[in-house]
Amino acid sequence: MDRPSEEILPQQPPVIEPGYTFATITDKISSIVLTRPVSNGWLIGFGISFLIVMVFLYAVGYLFVRGVGIWGVNIPVGWGFAIVNFVWWIGIGHAGTLISAILLLLRQAWRNSINRFAEAMTIFAVACAGMFPLLHLGRPWLFYWLFPYPNTMKYWPQFRSPLVWDVFAVSTYATTSLLFWFVGLIPDLATLRDRAENRAAQIVYGILAMGWRGSARHWSRYETAYLLLAGLATPLVLSVHTVVSFDFAIGIVPGWHTTIFPPYFVAGAIYSGFAMVLILAIPIRRFYGLEDFITERHLENSAKVMLATGLIVAYGYGMEAFMGWYSGNRYDSFLLWNRLHGPYHVWYLLLLAANIFIPQVLWIRKLRTNPLALFLISGVILTGMWLERFIIVVVSLHRDFLDSSWGMYYPTRWDWVTYIGTLGFFTACMFLFLRLLPGISIFEMRTLLPEAEVKSR
Amino acid sequence: MKRAPVYGLMAEFDSPTELVVAARKTYAAGYKRIDAYSPFPVEELAEAIGFDHNGVPFVVLVGGILGCLGGYLMQWWIATVSYPVNVGGRPYHSAPAFIVVTFEMTILCAVLAAVFGMLALNGLPMPYHPVFNVPRFRFATKDRFFLIVFSSDPKYTSTGTHVFLESLSPRSISEVPS
Repeated sequence: MDRPSEEILPQQPPVIEPGYTFATITDKISSIVLTRPVSNGWLIGFGISFLIVMVFLYAVGYLFVRGVGIWGVNIPVGWGFAIVNFVWWIGIGHAGTLISAILLLLRQAWRNSINRFAEAMTIFAVACAGMFPLLHLGRPWLFYWLFPYPNTMKYWPQFRSPLVWDVFAVSTYATTSLLFWFVGLIPDLATLRDRAENRAAQIVYGILAMGWRGSARHWSRYETAYLLLAGLATPLVLSVHTVVSFDFAIGIVPGWHTTIFPPYFVAGAIYSGFAMVLILAIPIRRFYGLEDFITERHLENSAKVMLATGLIVAYGYGMEAFMGWYSGNRYDSFLLWNRLHGPYHVWYLLLLAANIFIPQVLWIRKLRTNPLALFLISGVILTGMWLERFIIVVVSLHRDFLDSSWGMYYPTRWDWVTYIGTLGFFTACMFLFLRLLPGISIFEMRTLLPEAEVKSR
Repeated sequence: MKRAPVYGLMAEFDSPTELVVAARKTYAAGYKRIDAYSPFPVEELAEAIGFDHNGVPFVVLVGGILGCLGGYLMQWWIATVSYPVNVGGRPYHSAPAFIVVTFEMTILCAVLAAVFGMLALNGLPMPYHPVFNVPRFRFATKDRFFLIVFSSDPKYTSTGTHVFLESLSPRSISEVPS
């Protein structure tokens, strides 16, 4: 909505290539949805994701029949893949809100071309995240017991438990992300309604656009509401992973009971989220020819955010190790030893490599603007962040205070199928989103053009 | 109520600057019941048509306060009155532990107020609106800028207003049937 002061930084590549008008921007973005034929690449990609969704449904059906015993969770590791994947997915969602809300408040106009699909990514990632605690409930059909509602059992949730905080944090986050995304879509849905040739598309987009006509009064309220939503989403997104980290930090298990968890979790969330943004943006701009809208500047800025948040995460690891030694607490120092030398030490070393050492190549400018290199590094970071959650959950739990209660955790094939299944669900949703809704905010892109500015007389 | 057969007169412009200038002139000429349509938010436009105050911030404030109080009171009532659970002798009314849910409820209610308040104040969803009767209005969501003088304006006359809008040198003028 606000134009950047391009004059101040002339050496940066532009956020939108020159030569576009209001009409060509509209045509280019809306044609992806309205006129472009379904390509074979899309069909194959969607087909594969859809098959994975079917496998996921099979795994979930089997889980409902047999119970959580088909997973590898047992005492002492009662929180296995379900929580690892929950934390990983919800962290990925954070980048979408960061881009759409925080960068809006900071007047970073470059966000305008990536916020829409980043927000979609948030919603789908939160949906994937939300499935895991529900599937882990054992009796998922009673999930509504998590919410406070008057019931014949005269029972209420325990508000001193971080798990209840988490229910509120995640459901507020999901609701806010969905509404924020939908509000952003309304003007573009109106554009699609007015440009669709096909009667069914006109009706569907017409209903969704709710009669939006772009009146100045409407825009004024819309802009106020959008800005306020951004202002509300900003503390919210920082609170969500903080509350997720409370699930661990409020407990007394070694490696969890630490005050560094909230900031370190939030930084890790944004780190993995930007990695996912790049994993999605790089193929989307390539296959839909959107290099003029998602430029090298976007890639480079995302890489810089990853580098910065990666360093915060590295500081978190360093501080964990330091406190393990400095506290003098034998359980904390054992945890450090166990991470480096215990049965899961290979994963810990891989985690250090993937999250700390490999991403340091992003200091090199050439790599920050090289799509292929960024794609690969983002994949490494996503793997690393998944390993981080695995280490936090499993390594802390499998050897706690009493060595008589030590054990090992081995994920079963159903753990893997459920995890990979959500990846399929996520990509299937993204494929559908790209075909059915404008993947780039059309009206916000229009405001980036010089002629969008009213010349004062 | 019988509706006037004509909803207003609509002029079409090519750029936001032209629209803002035209809107200011129309407002200055004494037309108060006017509106302007643009494919993206134009900051100066609301003030140009004499719309300088919107109720969204107030609605959001009320939503946030209600969410905050409601969230805290709900927890207080559940933990001390309806379902007190003694956990290791800790106080039933454990204020610090209630902060997180209070915060989340504040945000949730403020967000709901922002979205639904904005839609309600805008009168959306609105299945029918006369401006869509103008065929060229479909470009209002693409690259054209429109100004309308409603026929309910006391100064409105079908010829006089037409002549006035002509003087703003628009790209086209259409009569909007209601």
